[in-house]
Amino acid sequence: MISYYAEKMSIENNQLLRISTAGSVDDGKSTLIGRLLYDSKSIFTDQLEAIETTTKRKGREGIDLALFTDGLRDEREQGITIDVAYRYFTTPKRKFIIADTPGHIQYTRNMVTGASTANVAIILVDARNGVIEQTRRHSYIASLLQIPHVIVCVNKMDLVDWNEDRFLDIQQQYEGILSKMSIKDVRYIPISALEGDNVVNRSENMSWYQGAPLLHTLETLHISSDLNKIDTRFPVQTIIRPQTEEFHDYRGYAGRLESGILRKGDEVVALPSGFNSRIKSIDTFDATLEEAFAPMSITLTLEDDIDISRGDMIVRKNNQPNQVQEFDAMICWLNSSPARPRGKYTIRHTTNEQKSMITEVVYKMDINILERNSEDKEIKMNDICRIKLKTTKPLMIDEYRDNRATGSFILVDEGTNETVAAGMIIS
Amino acid sequence: MSKYYLNYLGELESEAIFVLREVAAQFRNPVILFSGGKDSIVVTHLARKAFHPAKFPFALMHVDTGHNFPETMEFRDQLIQDLGANLIVGSVQEAIDKGRVVEEKGRNASRNVLQITALLDTIEGNQIDCAIGGGRRDEEKARAKERFFSHRDDFGQWDPKNQRPELWNLFNGKHFQGEHFRVFPISNWTEMDVWNYILKENIAIPSLYFAHERKVIWRNNSWIPVSEHLNMDERDSPVTKKIRFRTLGDITITGGIESEADTLEKIVEEVAAMRQTERGNRADDKRSESSMEDRKREGYF
Repeated sequence: MISYYAEKMSIENNQLLRISTAGSVDDGKSTLIGRLLYDSKSIFTDQLEAIETTTKRKGREGIDLALFTDGLRDEREQGITIDVAYRYFTTPKRKFIIADTPGHIQYTRNMVTGASTANVAIILVDARNGVIEQTRRHSYIASLLQIPHVIVCVNKMDLVDWNEDRFLDIQQQYEGILSKMSIKDVRYIPISALEGDNVVNRSENMSWYQGAPLLHTLETLHISSDLNKIDTRFPVQTIIRPQTEEFHDYRGYAGRLESGILRKGDEVVALPSGFNSRIKSIDTFDATLEEAFAPMSITLTLEDDIDISRGDMIVRKNNQPNQVQEFDAMICWLNSSPARPRGKYTIRHTTNEQKSMITEVVYKMDINILERNSEDKEIKMNDICRIKLKTTKPLMIDEYRDNRATGSFILVDEGTNETVAAGMIIS
Repeated sequence: MSKYYLNYLGELESEAIFVLREVAAQFRNPVILFSGGKDSIVVTHLARKAFHPAKFPFALMHVDTGHNFPETMEFRDQLIQDLGANLIVGSVQEAIDKGRVVEEKGRNASRNVLQITALLDTIEGNQIDCAIGGGRRDEEKARAKERFFSHRDDFGQWDPKNQRPELWNLFNGKHFQGEHFRVFPISNWTEMDVWNYILKENIAIPSLYFAHERKVIWRNNSWIPVSEHLNMDERDSPVTKKIRFRTLGDITITGGIESEADTLEKIVEEVAAMRQTERGNRADDKRSESSMEDRKREGYF
């Protein structure tokens, strides 16, 4: 028998929605994800059997939905999540990717990782506790990483007698912390992940709530306009030169259009060289296109034979990014070795790579109380700081809030090759 | 005005092509790990698309357990010929003959674990710095935490607790001599996505995926094909069934399911209605709750 949710979805109109969740051991995050997967019929029978067996072995009854999201052996043994885990489910309306991250401060770097590609953040608030330190932390990260939509799920409503006043009170508390952040779209949903109220199915216990349940909200969230369709940015990944008889003179610039739209015949400029040309063709394996839009992977050919290599950027003549060697950025430090004062690191920005140096630590953000600390200049793992950065050659940048692709970067330690920081450009 | 968004399959394809182009740009000697299974076939197809109209800059590498489905080998050789690609073979039989590994004994013996040594030897011997695989995060819980760019130390080992953070689409493939990367372009695809894509793109796959009559025995809750490599005794009674395979691996441990799905359309329909994960028929994953994680730590695919 084919269930409603296992029904073959139509591919044509279905979009991909990337969700980030963060939570601590007790706030019911794993239960919520388990509930979403279970009620949308995305858990397979052999997975369910494995969970039932484990639940029984632990001396508990029924199905502990939280167990479904436990990944690595160390985590299963300790009952905690230590790394970003990705979950997948599909409904007839959308395909969903959940980046499931631990919520403890020690795992800020994982939350940042999960948030970097998300369209929407689910922030869980325990109805009994209201807005706490952890809520501020998660929300700040959602704001810092500019996740376009935030859904605040007030969970465990069953433990506060499904009380509407309690829900409204928490909503008000949350609006209080929003003033310190830049979150554009916030919604509130009262739920009980354990009982299933307002997760997939509408709650019968909270008839006072007129909004949609969580899944329906996720299925209908308008995300097409989240991606910047104005500022055309095409970082070149690699050059395609077939050197065959048929394509003797072919020279294509392969990359992903990170934002904006390009059409055949458009006047473009290659940066940093500044040479002008026109789009001769937009090629893909399947067809030559009249126009392309983000986030399509394409190959461009130009009318003129100009020197372009990996790390260069093709943009419109009348809409160019800033070319700078010094800028301010917020960074999250990801590595257990602290940042070296005036340390030199390799910076990866789009497909471009340069040397860089942290010239100044402006302030450190205390993400629990949302206050700046200008005294403490040491950057340690999980710290979020505003810094000044200098690069050996100009980068083609936009502000992160305008463009996630050309406003983001990572720092790599040349001594270890590890990714040590994630950065968001301010100006 | 036309719509300016990609559907989910289009976005997954674009993401995979981006990842494959990053591999070409960041590594000196990358290969595609090719098993003849649908996932590595899809990765190979995506590689064709990513570098069109040029040939893709990767050799195909096959870790040959010696216990193959003949159909898989025919398919592999035909594809190599069609693409004009190079093939590198890592042979488990050779590793056994050289005494690098010892063959498992008994009724449930398999060469699955032995592949690790053959794989790592071949990577080292050919100075491969990146092996592109068809691994997907939805396959298994240890894989749910895998990165797109997954670092391996000079013993080929995966350290799940010390993985490089991966943000936005900034992939860091920097490595020292002797280390290598495993890259998984279709990390974010599910089994359903793979089948929908094969159907949409009309990609050729081995006949084993379609329902066919075959002599099989019932073992470990699935239909194991009878072959010269299978250890059988009086407890086994071979029967002929109409089956198909959901995954392809070593012929001694890859179980089939009873099915009437003999076209791509029917397979997509069947997979959509499935209530069991595809690896539910793989004896290698059933050895213990963390068997995949343990093998991955050692250097498995």
